[in-house]
Amino acid sequence: MTMLLEKHVKPSIKEVMESGTFLVSGEIGPPKGTDIDEMIHHIDLLKDKVHAMNITDNQSSVMRYPSLGTALIILEHGGEPNLQVTCRDRNRLAIEADLLFAYTRGVRSVLCLTGDSIPVGDHKEAKAVFDCESVQLLQMIRNLEEGKDSGGNELKGGVEFYKGAIVTPEAHPIEPQMIKFAKKIEAGAQWFQTQAVYDMDNFKRFMEQARKIDDKVKICAGLVLLTSMGAIKYMNANVPGVFVPDDLVKEMADAPKGEALNTGVRIMARQIRQCIDEKLCDGVHIMAIGKEDVVPRILDEAGVDINKL
Amino acid sequence: MIITTSKPFEEVLKQLEGEDKVFIVGCGLCATTCETGGEPQVAEMKAKLEAEGKTVTGTIVFDEVCHELNTKRKFRENKEAVEAADGFVVMACGAGTQSVREATEKGVHSANNTVFLGNIQRHGQFVEKCSLCGDCVLEDFGAICPVTRCHKGILNGPCGGTDEGKCETDKEKDCGWTLIYNQLEKMGKLDRFRRVYGLKNWQANMKPGRVIFEKCEEGGE
Ligand code: SF4
Ligand code: SF4
Repeated sequence: MTMLLEKHVKPSIKEVMESGTFLVSGEIGPPKGTDIDEMIHHIDLLKDKVHAMNITDNQSSVMRYPSLGTALIILEHGGEPNLQVTCRDRNRLAIEADLLFAYTRGVRSVLCLTGDSIPVGDHKEAKAVFDCESVQLLQMIRNLEEGKDSGGNELKGGVEFYKGAIVTPEAHPIEPQMIKFAKKIEAGAQWFQTQAVYDMDNFKRFMEQARKIDDKVKICAGLVLLTSMGAIKYMNANVPGVFVPDDLVKEMADAPKGEALNTGVRIMARQIRQCIDEKLCDGVHIMAIGKEDVVPRILDEAGVDINKL
Repeated sequence: MIITTSKPFEEVLKQLEGEDKVFIVGCGLCATTCETGGEPQVAEMKAKLEAEGKTVTGTIVFDEVCHELNTKRKFRENKEAVEAADGFVVMACGAGTQSVREATEKGVHSANNTVFLGNIQRHGQFVEKCSLCGDCVLEDFGAICPVTRCHKGILNGPCGGTDEGKCETDKEKDCGWTLIYNQLEKMGKLDRFRRVYGLKNWQANMKPGRVIFEKCEEGGE
C-alpha cells in the first residue's frame, strides 16, 4: 500500500508512552486566516522540545485554519502531530473520510473530543452536527481499524491510530465524569490528556480514582499557562471544569508589575517537575495558549529535556 | 403542544405587500394556549392591519388548523370572505399555515414562528423535552431525553462543559445529562449510564415524515 509519508522523523506518541518515557506534548492553535507564518514559527520552535503537538479543531467553536491541514504541516516540518477531532462540525461520513486521509498522510495519533457547543463560538447561527460524540468517535475509529466504516461496509485498507481522549479532573460533579472516563476506555481510548489542572492535590486524588478504574491507561496532566490575573478571573468564572486555587491566585497577584508571565512560567515549571518527581502521571500536556514562545523556557526551568527523559 | 411565538408585526405587514384584502386564520388549540393565534390575538391583528389600511374580509379561529380537510371545510363554510381576500394571515404553527396552503391558491403568510414541541409547565411557560427523533430512547435514560434536554443531544454522558448541573450554553438551563445521571442514580439504574451507547439512527424518521394507517391506505378521511 502506498503511504504518502515514507518516514517519520519522530517516534510516535504510542512509542514514547509504551517505552515508559514521560510524555511532554505542546499545542498549536491554528490562526484565523491564511497567514500561517507565526504558526509555523511555533511549530519549528516546539518540534524538538516536545514529543508531540496537539492541533486544536476549531477550538471554542471559533472557525480557524483546519487541524488536519496543520497536522500535515507539522509532519512536513519534522514534528509529531496529535490530531484533535471534534464532532461538532462533521458528521460520521466526514469524520471517517478525514481519518482515512490523515492515516495515509502519516498522522498516528488522534484525540477524540465531543467539541464545544456552537453558541460559545463565533459562528453562532451555524447548524451543530453532533452526529456522534467522543465515546462513539472512539468506537468509530476502532471499527475503521478493524476494516469497517460505521455503516458496516468493508474498507479497502483500514487505519491505525493511538486513540486519545479527554477527562476533566475538576468536573463538578465528578461521578458522571469518571463513568464517562471508563466508557471512553471501553470504547477504545488508550491514553488521556486532562482538562487544565492547577490544584495538584486535587489532581492526585483524581489520579487515584482513575487508577482504580484502569491502572494501565496512560494519563497526561493538562497544564495551562497562567498569564495574568485577568485570565485567572475569567477562567475561574467562565471555564467549566477549570479551577485555579487560592495559593496560585495569590502567587500571581503578588507578582511584581510585568512579572505575571514569568510567574506563570515558574508555576508551570514547578508543576511539571512535581508530575515527574512524584510520578503523578504519564506525561504533561502544555497549553500555552498563544504564548508558545515561552514553552522552551518553561521546560528549561523545569529541567526537562525530552531527549533525556 | 406545538409552541409558537409571534413574528414582529412589521414582518407580517411586509409579507402582505401588494395584498390589500386579507383573511385571518387563528387556531383554537396550541396557538390559543401560546397566545399567538387565539381569538384575542386575531382581533388585535385585525385592528392593527386595518390601522395600516388593509381590509380584513373575515377572521376565523377553529381547532386544528393542521387538519387539512377540516381547514378546507372551514374555508368552504366562509366562502364569501375567503374568496374576497387577496391573501391569508395564518396565526397558527407552521403545519397550520401549510394546511391553509392546501386550501387556497392565494397568498399564505405565517404570523408566527414555530419553535418546538413543548411541555406546558404552567400558564405561559413552555419547555422543550422531546424533539421527535423517531426512535425513542427514553427507556434507557430514566425517561429524561438526552437527545433534547442535552444541548448537544449526546448519548454517553455529560460533555466537558457541564458545571454544577448547568449547561455550557446557558447557566440558566439545566444540564440534561446531570438530570439523567441523578434520575438513574435515584432509580438504582446507573448501569444504564455505564453502558457504551452506539451511534444513533438519525434517519429513523426520514424527513419529511409520513405515517399512514394500514386501513386508511385505500383512501377516505
Ligand atoms: S428520544 Fe427524545 S426526541 Fe426521541 S422521541 Fe424520545 S423523547 Fe422524543
Ligand atoms: S453541558 Fe450538559 S446539557 Fe449542555 S451540552 Fe454538555 S452535556 Fe449537554
